[in-house]
Amino acid sequence: MTAVSDPPVPAVEPAPAPEPAGEAKPRDILIIQYSGELEKTWAAMILATTGAAMGAKVRVFLTFWGLQAFVKDSRRITGDNVMQKMMSFMQRPGISHRKLSKMNFLGMGPWMMNKLAKQYNVASPKELLEIGQAMGVEFMPCQMTMDMFGLKKEDMIDGLGEPVGAATVIALMQGGDAPLFI
Amino acid sequence: MSTEQIAQVVDAKGLSCPMPIVKTAQAIKGLASGQLLEVLATDPGSVKDFTAWANATGNPLVEHGEEGGVFRFVLRKK
Repeated sequence: MTAVSDPPVPAVEPAPAPEPAGEAKPRDILIIQYSGELEKTWAAMILATTGAAMGAKVRVFLTFWGLQAFVKDSRRITGDNVMQKMMSFMQRPGISHRKLSKMNFLGMGPWMMNKLAKQYNVASPKELLEIGQAMGVEFMPCQMTMDMFGLKKEDMIDGLGEPVGAATVIALMQGGDAPLFI
Repeated sequence: MSTEQIAQVVDAKGLSCPMPIVKTAQAIKGLASGQLLEVLATDPGSVKDFTAWANATGNPLVEHGEEGGVFRFVLRKK
């Protein structure tokens, strides 16, 4: 008599592991910083630091005029060719040299804003940026903007991540990051 | 009023949004689980902000009140 193998055990799906107890992980936040005006740079920095303070992973994609704000304050003229140099001449790069989109009045508007911010103990965009970096906010420069404006790694402030492209941004959104376009 | 000992105090008086929350988040990192953090702030928006922060981060707000325009929050590190 030949040995009869045991009848196959009916496949039973293992019970799904219970959800880990405790709080759900907060959604990651993705800020697309496209604009470079003072008020929008400020808003982005406030939300980035607050997001990090609330325990969320925050990434800021720096593109077009948004990237200009992350050039070192000490750089005056950037770029290789005449047009790139003209662009930086017309709009000084750096987070401390942002203009208001309305009521700039040749710098009078930003001057008053900064004065009011000091009076009411509001942290400046530069202070918020430094706090954000210390709290682990990740800044991702846009490679295409770097190329178009002729910006080099050494023109940019310290602590930025590797330059990336739009696909990285879309992939993060598809992965569930809360997106914010400023 | 709890009789438990406060492990650290954050003085955020005079500071505007988002600094009271940011300073709180930075300070609570240095505490051990179960320790209490006291925050003093004068920003009226901080009342709602601290409730939101406590809910989002899971560090319970165990006590809060106001005296002479100064808001006081006591948070327990989770």
